[in-house]
Formats: sequence, structure tokens, C-alpha cells
Amino acid sequence: MTAQQIIFLIVALFTLGSALMVVTTRNLVHAALWLVSTLFGVAVVYALLNANFIAVVQVVVYIGAIAILFIFAVMLTRKDMRDSGPQMNKNWWLGALVAVFVFAGLAFLLQSWNGVSATAAALPSGFDAISLLGDALVSPDAYVLPFEVASVLLLAALVGAVYVAFNKK
Amino acid sequence: MSFWNDPLKVAADWLEGVFMGWGMNSVLSHVLVAFLGVLLLITVLMVLDIFLVWIERKVVARFQDRLGPNRVGPFGLIQPFADIIKLIIKEDTTPGDADKVVYNLAPILSMMSVLILWAVVPLAPVILGTDLNVGVLYLIAAGAIGTLSIIMAGWASNNKFALIGGFRQVAVMVSFEIPMLTMLMIPTIFSGSMNMNAIIQSQNVWFFIISPLGALIFLIAAIAELGRAPFDLAEGESELVSGFNIEYSGMKFGMFYAGELLHAFTFGGFWAILFFGGYRFFGLEQVSPFLAVLIMILKAMVGYWVIMWVKYTMMRIRIDQMLSFNWKFLTPLAFVLLLVTALMNALLAGAPTWLYVLGMFLANVVTGWIALELARSATRQEREKLEGAKPVVEAHH
Repeated sequence: MTAQQIIFLIVALFTLGSALMVVTTRNLVHAALWLVSTLFGVAVVYALLNANFIAVVQVVVYIGAIAILFIFAVMLTRKDMRDSGPQMNKNWWLGALVAVFVFAGLAFLLQSWNGVSATAAALPSGFDAISLLGDALVSPDAYVLPFEVASVLLLAALVGAVYVAFNKK
Repeated sequence: MSFWNDPLKVAADWLEGVFMGWGMNSVLSHVLVAFLGVLLLITVLMVLDIFLVWIERKVVARFQDRLGPNRVGPFGLIQPFADIIKLIIKEDTTPGDADKVVYNLAPILSMMSVLILWAVVPLAPVILGTDLNVGVLYLIAAGAIGTLSIIMAGWASNNKFALIGGFRQVAVMVSFEIPMLTMLMIPTIFSGSMNMNAIIQSQNVWFFIISPLGALIFLIAAIAELGRAPFDLAEGESELVSGFNIEYSGMKFGMFYAGELLHAFTFGGFWAILFFGGYRFFGLEQVSPFLAVLIMILKAMVGYWVIMWVKYTMMRIRIDQMLSFNWKFLTPLAFVLLLVTALMNALLAGAPTWLYVLGMFLANVVTGWIALELARSATRQEREKLEGAKPVVEAHH
């Protein structure tokens, strides 16, 4: 086993364990904090894949903005942040069944694909993922349209938020 | 390649050879050497941090016309060690209803968010943690962890003052992150890279001269991110006692305090890297990497001194003033400056250096001047509205 595989296994276990804690812990703030560690684990996986930009953006956007917003919302909503109801409803076995089937299907698909055991080719020297990504986002034959649609959507959300919050005199 | 030209690589190769001589395989020895490198960097930083306490206390004494620590050792140099012993032997208290794990994790995360910043700081062309191609964004990512540590401290202490302090600090950090991130794009535009080393290498003219307004906005946002005066309303002694760290005692408080000092020094260093040429100083950095490290540390110290100068000169502002200053003035100004800089960069692409520098400088001055005029007229209107409503107030001040 190479060092990278060992690191991947540790990080994957950490991420999955944190994700499990998010849905099983009863304290909502703890759930939000476990979510932070899950997202951090995903960022480490991106970093292992040599996708530095995506890894850093994952931390900035998900931990720096979304998780902080979650924690804020949780802290402001309820005084006692503990949920005392049952954690499962009566359909739990159906959910477990679907999860097992999805896992089995994915495992079967990956088993029949020969790329799964191949080692990734080393990146050519001078490979600049950020400028490639930047070019792809604004070039007409790549992703300029989805990029612009997403920006218009965000702008509309921003204007909507300002309109809702605006105090009409 | 000799030790004097590339000390880190030579030392790492030698150590790896030693470890492999002991019968380790190459992967393990490589990981071990990398781990030792991290340990060395953190140790140097923590030792430096001890002396930052002394520097901070001496400088604040200077600003307040006092002597500062001068009893223990020459110039009071041993004073920080006395402080540390005092912190260690204090009772380690935990509030009864505190969330123990989160409460104890917060100071560690706070210190960690500062230490991980140094992974991308190039102390010399060859002495650096990692040559990350998104070094500039990494700065913001580390700041996100700092924000998290403060909200954790505020919440887990189970104290109203701590929670309010935590909320305030997070409000400051989340909102000032936007102008900071925008200003980080300005060195990126000039150098065409987000890599710290590449940004330094392309500063034949300091970016401070090309974009003085950008450097100023970055400094303001950095001070807000640090939670230092005039943005230290999270601590607000007179209203919140001590804010988010009110329940912490002993070395746990010490972690927050040491983290804050090292953070200020680190941002002084980033200010130097992004706008003052980092380790470059009239070609001296090419003589020896050790000289480059010295220049970098000195420039970081100057940046740290400016941050202290602001802290001990300005008064604390209120939370509503802070938020309207950021959202109504600093953020729009940062966006406009980024647009102007990108436009001028495209217009002056083929121009000679002197014209480029002059054009950028003038664009910055004009943008800043227009922004100040707009702010002045807006505040004048506001004041007239207030004074029109309450004519009695103006009689005595």
C-alpha cells in the first residue's frame, strides 16, 4: 500500500464516521460541528486528487460560509438544542435496504471497470489546473452559459433578499 | 547545490539518507522528514510567539508613554517566561454546564488556524512550507477555521457574554472576509498567479505603489479579521467583560492570546508578501536565503508594528457602525477598485512599466478620492437629518 492509499483510507473513515455522527447525535450544534469535520474530510480528498483549488474553495464556501450559517441558525432558533424524539421512523428497514442495494450496485459497477485498480498517470509538469478551469468557465464552447445562468440566479437571490429585508417607509 | 543556497532541501536529503541508512523504506523516511519539517516550523513560530508577547507589551508601553516590562532580565526579556509560568500554574477552570469537548477544542483550533497559515508563507525563495498554487485563497480558508473556533468558544462556555462576544466576532469576520478576498485578487491580477512565491517574484515594483488603496483596504480587513482595535468589539471589556474568552483560564486563555499575537504578526507578514515584495529587497534576497528570511521577518515585523500602531491609537467602534462601514463603504469600494484595476490592467497591458505604474497609481487615487467624497456627502446628509430632528443636542458636547 502506498502512503497516499493509507492517507485516503484514514480520511475516508474519518469522513464517513463524522457523517454518521451528523445524523445520529442528538445535540444540533454538535451535529453542525460534525458536519464541519465531514466537509473538511471531503476537502482533504480533493487535495489528495491534486485538485487544490476545489479543496480550498470547499473549505472557504462550505466551512467558512454554509456551516457557520447553519450554526448561527441553530443557535438562534431554540433554547434547548436537544432533540428528544425517536431517531428513526418505521420505514428504517426500507432506507437500509435501498442503501445496501446502492452500495452493492456501485461496488459491482466499479468491480467490472478495469480503471479502478489502475494507478493514475502523473500530471504533466507545468499543468495549471486553475487557469484551465478559469478558461473553461468563460470560453463560449465550454461552460460560459451555465456560469452566467448561475451568476444571474445568485444575483436574483441577492436582490430578492434585499427586497424582503427592505424596510418600506 | 550547497547548504548555503538551499538549506532546507540539503538538510532534508541528508536526513532522508540517514533514515534510509537505518533501514526505513523511502516513503516512510520521506513522510518522517516532512513531519519533522512541520515540527521545526511550528517550534520556531511558538518560540517567536513568546517574544511577540514581549514586543507587544514594550510597544504598547511606548504608545502609552510607559516603560513596559523592565524588571525580569535585560530589558524585561524574561518577562514572557514569567507570564507563561503564571498561566500554567493557574487553576484550570471549566464552567459547570459547559460543553466540555467543544470548550476544550476551541483554543486548540484557534491556535491551529494561525499556525496552518504558515504552510504557504515563503520565508525565502527556497524556504517555504508548500508552493501551493492557490496560496491566496488558502489564507481565507484558514480564516474560516478561526471563525469556527471563536463561535465554538462562545457557545460552549455557556455564558451570555461569551455567546454575544462570539456572535459579534463572527459577524465581523464573515463580513470583512469579503473585502479581504476582493483585495487578494488585486495582487493576483498584477502577477497572474495565486501562488505566494510567484506574487513576490513579480513585484519588481512593490504592489503598494501600484495599488495603495488595495493595500489599505487589505490592512483594514486584516485588522477586522484579527479582532483588534478598532474592531475589537467581540472583547469589549466595558460591556462584555472579555467576550468569547471570558470563561477561559490559564493556558487555554493563553492559547487564544498567543494565537491573536501570532495572527497579527502573520497578517503583517501577508501584508508584506502581497504588497511590499515579501523577501525581496534590492536584490539582497539573491545573496543568501538566510538574508531573505531576515528581510521577510523584518518586513513582517514592520507590518505587525503598523497593526499595533492602529490598535493603540484608535477607539473601539460600535457593532452597527462596524457593519455599516463594511457593507455600505468598504465592500462596494473593494468591488469598484477590483473592477477599475482589472480594466486598467487590460488597457495598460502593452504599456512601459513607468506608464503602467503611474496609470494604476492615479486610478487608485481617483477611486479613493471619489469614494471619500461620496462618503462625506452621505454622512453630511445623515448628520443634517439627525441634527434637524434633535436641535437641542448641539448646545453642549
